[in-house]
Amino acid sequence: MNRAGATRSAEVLPGFSDVADYFALLKPRVMSLVVFTALVGIVRAHGDLHPFLGFTALLCIAIGAGASGALNMWWDADIDVRMGRTRTRPIPAGRVPAGEALAVGLTLSVASVIMLGLFAGFLAAGLLAFTIFFYAVIYTMWLKRWTAQNIVIGGAAGAFPPMIGWAAATGSIGLESVVLFLMIFFWTPPHFWALALLRKDDYARAGVPMLPNVAGDAETRKQIVIYAAIMAAVGVLPAILGFAGIFYGVVSAILGALFVAFSVGVWRNDRGSKAEAAAKRLFAFSVLYLFLLFAVLLVEGMGA
Amino acid sequence: MMAAAKHKRGVVLTKEQRRIRRTRSIALALVLAGFAILFYLVTIVKLGPGVMNRLL
Repeated sequence: MNRAGATRSAEVLPGFSDVADYFALLKPRVMSLVVFTALVGIVRAHGDLHPFLGFTALLCIAIGAGASGALNMWWDADIDVRMGRTRTRPIPAGRVPAGEALAVGLTLSVASVIMLGLFAGFLAAGLLAFTIFFYAVIYTMWLKRWTAQNIVIGGAAGAFPPMIGWAAATGSIGLESVVLFLMIFFWTPPHFWALALLRKDDYARAGVPMLPNVAGDAETRKQIVIYAAIMAAVGVLPAILGFAGIFYGVVSAILGALFVAFSVGVWRNDRGSKAEAAAKRLFAFSVLYLFLLFAVLLVEGMGA
Repeated sequence: MMAAAKHKRGVVLTKEQRRIRRTRSIALALVLAGFAILFYLVTIVKLGPGVMNRLL
């Protein structure tokens, strides 16, 4: 059967989807996080990239991220329709035919990689191509439905943008860009497992083997604390290694301690509404944590 | 008779479909124009005065 055959509504005609639906295929909220972290990579690199080319590099990275989002939605249409959080996405809701989402994803993937190569160099373009491949094929088509470690390994896809930005600005991969990568990489599991604890039934219905469904809530809570501790340590690395200033060091230490505290809260409150509230708090704080850390890095980088 | 008339008129779009097609066409035009301007500006920024420096 056509992958999205079960989900596609009969009345949607190719070519008659709203522009807003095509835009929704690009996962704009994820795209905004990608743009922000890539911008930090470009600014911190202090390369000799012309500001306008820096802007075009960001645009290409954003388009590439959007393209991988569209490919993800094309492949996952059959499970998106079974989950409350994703049921209203353009394909399961029947607003965009699956084939068009695939076409949008492939076209934008190729266009973004070629443009980034021409504008900012082929190392950055190669990294962008690998990121799209990693997210759309390794994570979406393989890991997501196969292992509870899906978002641990798949998190690498979300961690690459600052490294791509760095490569666009300098034509190389510096140690600092690797640290930025590691910060997002270790942030991803506690962030998504907090969500997975809240949406366990959704994932069970869709047959996605998230950690709470496979290993249980208790093991997930333990893993959240472990990853939060590693992430808090990695979070202060820029200051320890001398990339960032004292202000960043203090902010990252405080925010890291808070992140671990919220994670311990999730670990200790394992029943009823308190457990749900703790997981919600951690999820919300995790977004704020990453934003603030990268915002401080950005401000310090612009001032230097 | 009716079938022949319908065939002559071809596919008749509803008002909503016409609106969607128009919006989509405008959006595509804007995106294409944007890319043309982007490539023009990138050429100027990357080559600068060298854009005119070609052997005849």
